[in-house]
Amino acid sequence: MTMQRRDFLKLVGAGAGISAATALSGCAGTGLSDTTGGRRVVVIGGGYGGTIAAKYIRMMDKSIEVVLVERNDHFVSCPFSNLYLGGILPDLSTLTIKYDKLTTNHGVKVVQAEVTGIDAAGHVVQTSRGPIKYDRLVVSPGIGFRTEEIKGYDAKTPEIMPHAWKAGPQTLLLRKQLEAMPDGGTVVLSIPLGPFRCPPGPYERTSMIAMYLKKHKPKSKIIVLDANPDIVSKGKLFKKGWAKYYQGIIDYRPAKKVTEIDTGKMTVLVEGIEEVKGDVINLIPPQRAADIAVAAGLVGDDKRWCPVNMATFESAKHKDVHVIGDASIAGAMPKSGYSANSEAKICATNVVALMNKREIVGLSGINTCYSYITEKEAVSVAAVYTLQDGKIVGVKGSGGVSPDLNEAEAIFAKSWLNNILTEMST
Amino acid sequence: MKQRWSRWALTAGALTISATAFAAGPSAEMLSNACAGCHGTHGGSAGLTMPSLASQSKTAIVEAMKKFKSGERPSSIMGRIAKGYSDEQIDMMGDFFSKQKFHATSQAVDAAKAKKGADLQEANCSRCHLDDGKDGKDDTPVMASQWLPYLQMQMQLYQSGARKMPDKMAEKVKPLSKEDLDALLHFYASVK
Ligand SMILES: Cc1cc2nc3c(=O)[nH]c(=O)nc-3n(C[C@H](O)[C@H](O)[C@H](O)COP(=O)(O)OP(=O)(O)OC[C@H]3O[C@@H](n4cnc5c(N)ncnc54)[C@H](O)[C@@H]3O)c2cc1C
Ligand code: HEC
Ligand code: HEC
Repeated sequence: MTMQRRDFLKLVGAGAGISAATALSGCAGTGLSDTTGGRRVVVIGGGYGGTIAAKYIRMMDKSIEVVLVERNDHFVSCPFSNLYLGGILPDLSTLTIKYDKLTTNHGVKVVQAEVTGIDAAGHVVQTSRGPIKYDRLVVSPGIGFRTEEIKGYDAKTPEIMPHAWKAGPQTLLLRKQLEAMPDGGTVVLSIPLGPFRCPPGPYERTSMIAMYLKKHKPKSKIIVLDANPDIVSKGKLFKKGWAKYYQGIIDYRPAKKVTEIDTGKMTVLVEGIEEVKGDVINLIPPQRAADIAVAAGLVGDDKRWCPVNMATFESAKHKDVHVIGDASIAGAMPKSGYSANSEAKICATNVVALMNKREIVGLSGINTCYSYITEKEAVSVAAVYTLQDGKIVGVKGSGGVSPDLNEAEAIFAKSWLNNILTEMST
Repeated sequence: MKQRWSRWALTAGALTISATAFAAGPSAEMLSNACAGCHGTHGGSAGLTMPSLASQSKTAIVEAMKKFKSGERPSSIMGRIAKGYSDEQIDMMGDFFSKQKFHATSQAVDAAKAKKGADLQEANCSRCHLDDGKDGKDDTPVMASQWLPYLQMQMQLYQSGARKMPDKMAEKVKPLSKEDLDALLHFYASVK
């Protein structure tokens, strides 16, 4: 009752602001600092979630002004970055998108800036180019790392032991290190306890690095130190693929949590005791929501992830702020690009409904993750989601993993990437 | 008296809120948008193998989904996905995609093959695949502008027996050579 009242008052107040908007624009770095005209949605993060939220809100309601704030002028996809590491892709160009067509096709205003804070009470986003006012905010900033949980980790560590868990320079660095490693060398891949971005991702990476070693450095091996008790996703299929193609190359060790590192000696310590040395160390730290989500107080009691009303993805912490993608707690939906895409559409639909005082629309979502085992064979996991008692759950009887490694999915996966990146950029 | 009124107001408030919390089921758009991560925005695929659904015949989509769901039609992934929807929801999605704008594609096709295909389709396929494959009548899918590698994969599934061809279509397809069939698919892919 109170909420509706406040919304109503806000609408009235906003109406008065419309005429002032034109007069005041241009005063600040973004020209978006003073008033909103009552119909402005700001989206933080131009990745898998943010681009789709921005585009779909505009597709559904042209009367809503959408401002997308992203620190970079382009985005590099994590999906398929493992194929670059494996040597299947020559560079990252097929994984890179720009934002210009979101502006020309849909009228999304793109502001390249670092978001430094969110004033939820004042409905203002602080950025490196000045403040931006909003009526509703959608936050899709991805992940941050809990590096404080690894002894010896400092600001320079990623330059020596790359995570490559955000695609771009880190991916290029890891690939360079693999290329520079002499034959007979050891790659160490450290996987944190879940939940982390892309449950099957580390195991696809293991497969792709093993494929590279088998082809180019056959005397080398990869030691996988997995903090989890077993492979987190598609375990049977990965194990089958590894036994079939990478016997003697992959040394998979479950329940091995890396707690300490020494970048000088190029070693990692498992539970502070067992030392493992690597020529290349791909250290994926434990994860949480991106820094900005933590700083803005959007994370829950665990101080890691953002609790939301799963019907609309509105934050449980701040009103008129929605959190989607990896940063959010989305019930059964995993932290994947496809989930972020699907959540963005659910969120966009209901942001539009809320801004127009319409009833919220029931939820329906999908996730799919393809993983390559070799250049020619892939596997997938898929699921369809619905809302039950306020929680996102898988629809009974749907989804599951591929029956076996297969060539068809290695072909379809490429088209998936093409379609999802085209969705995000046109 | 005053208290009674405010209590009544509270109850009314609670009712309004729960009405929002338990909103109606997903709309056709909500259901269909989730498919677009693979099939493209509004079902217009950027290729090369994921099929477009935009402006596809409604019955063709509904029939395909039901066959994926039952396992009658082979699939790499659609079987697992189709099982997540009721018949009513499948109907809503079929309706949504059938109403989207036709997605013309510019694909690399072999011009000579496409020309040969254009001649062959007249006598062999046009009775069902109407108007150069642009019109999908009932359960006959639209094939114009569909991605060539997708059509080729489907034709392989038909010929291996994994996907069951309609009897009347089989009568026409069986006598044709591999080259003729490939030419036909090049033709349909090239239609805009
Ligand atoms: C190796 C690997 C493989 C993967 N493979 C797959 C796959 O095959 N399929 C799949 O579905 N998923 C896959 N994923 C997961 C997928 O990448 C993520 O789930 C997805 O990117 C999440 O989307 P998001 O919008 O939450 O975050 P992101 O896509 O990371 O987008 C966040 C954006 O926000 C911006 N940002 C953050 N903070 C700020 C700030 N303060 N100011 C301005 N901008 C900011 C960032 O620059 C970034 O562009 C993979 C991940 C990895 C690491
Ligand atoms: C993970 C990617 C993916 C998602 C998500 C997906 N599809 Fe598909 N779709 C495919 C693939 C791949 C095929 C080809 C059959 C196969 O191998 O599964 C296909 C085929 C189809 C076909 C047959 C088209 C034709 O003309 O032969 C229809 C209809 C279809 N999908 C509908 C849908 C609907 C509706 C949804 C959403 C509920 C959906 N798909 C979601 C990948 C996907
Ligand atoms: C008697 C009517 C009929 C004739 C004649 C016919 N078809 Fe079909 N065709 C259909 C129907 C119906 C379907 C969908 C059936 C199904 O679900 O498998 C179909 C499906 C297809 C598909 C799969 C498309 C998709 O999106 O999955 C291809 C390819 C195809 N036909 C090619 C041809 C060619 C080439 C010819 C001519 C040699 C031909 N057909 C003649 C009725 C016909």
